[in-house]
Amino acid sequence: MSEEFKVEIVNPEASFLSKEDVTEVIVPAFEGEMGILKDHISIISFLKPGILTIHSNSEEHKFYVEDGIFEFKNNTLSVLTSSIFDLKKIEKSRLMNLIKVAEEEASKQEIDDQSRFLIDQKIEVLKSLN
Amino acid sequence: MASLDDLKKRITSVKSTQKITKAMKMVAAAKLKRAQDSAEKGRPYSEKMNNVILNLSNGISDKETAPKLLSGTGKDQIHLCVVMTSDRGLCGGFNSNIIKKAKIYFGEILKEGKELKIITVGSKGYDQLKRYYGNKIIESISFKNSKNANYFDAEKVGKMIIEKFEKEEFDICTIFYNQFKNVITQIPQAQRIIPLNTESADDNELEDNYEFEPDEDEILNNLLPKNISTQIFKAMLENSASEQGARMSAMDNATRNAGEMVDKLTIQYNRSRQAAITKELIEIISGAESL
Repeated sequence: MSEEFKVEIVNPEASFLSKEDVTEVIVPAFEGEMGILKDHISIISFLKPGILTIHSNSEEHKFYVEDGIFEFKNNTLSVLTSSIFDLKKIEKSRLMNLIKVAEEEASKQEIDDQSRFLIDQKIEVLKSLN
Repeated sequence: MASLDDLKKRITSVKSTQKITKAMKMVAAAKLKRAQDSAEKGRPYSEKMNNVILNLSNGISDKETAPKLLSGTGKDQIHLCVVMTSDRGLCGGFNSNIIKKAKIYFGEILKEGKELKIITVGSKGYDQLKRYYGNKIIESISFKNSKNANYFDAEKVGKMIIEKFEKEEFDICTIFYNQFKNVITQIPQAQRIIPLNTESADDNELEDNYEFEPDEDEILNNLLPKNISTQIFKAMLENSASEQGARMSAMDNATRNAGEMVDKLTIQYNRSRQAAITKELIEIISGAESL
């Protein structure tokens, strides 16, 4: 029996990616990274900024995601996100820009703990990419 | 009767108007294609989002503690209406249809003695509403500079609405937009986004054995604001497709009317030219006869 399942990544403007031959996906879920294999129990959770890795038989594909939710049901993983970048295609200047914006945000005083946590995460991930 | 010269001038002017409307029609047709494409591409996202929310809200055990964005504030005293129109005119009844629908709704709210607040998106809506409801408009936004509807703009509107909701500035939020059915039909829609309408869920197949991480409430709290932006984005996409469709058919009509007018004027022109020739001939003949 094959160990493959389907992944769909959609953002508001278009379907970003659809893949049928995926063996494992590592999602940066809010409460920690999560590896999803075939026949995982139905689950809904949301994402924190991080790296989403898709393993298929032939290759490994990495994306940077900022926020969103995912749902796994009937061996289909749907990821809804408004900000996702392919790590192979993202440009250095874009990355720098994202870091700058995030740092500005983090320097503000009035944000609450949860958003501070998310922003710190974001800066950390972005810096590790750089 | 108008002189030959005048007629000639009118024919040229109608012809050049026709050229403009024809060009506009073609531009609208090209843009419509693109707008339709992006409306179609955006559909999976909002559908999935909807599904997840329905699954979640069904899984919620205690409706009392449900997030306010879902269950409402429990009052319906202050209504916020977001009227979404275009930034450009010359698109037939597109803007007027939305405004008409919105005005009926406004009338009902005011008749019940409730408070009304309006946010206009798109400058045409603001222009049409400011005369009657000027003091009710609390915010007017226009995305003249963005070429296409994009999610970033929708998110801005969404965040503003949520901010106002958290400050308890309103209880119920409704958005008005045109739903794209086909090129000649656009249906003005009033859609309630706060509190969320979950009743349409009933005929959907629901699974209740989901695992949630963290718990349902927290996911909902994270998800509902996103859903607002998504709904607005959907409305923007539908609106832009409708706008181009409406413009296309309006310009098509205008081109046809101009064509008819040119035909009529040409006949008139030829007739009066013929009449002038006949008159000259009669003058010559009767002059020769009198000699």
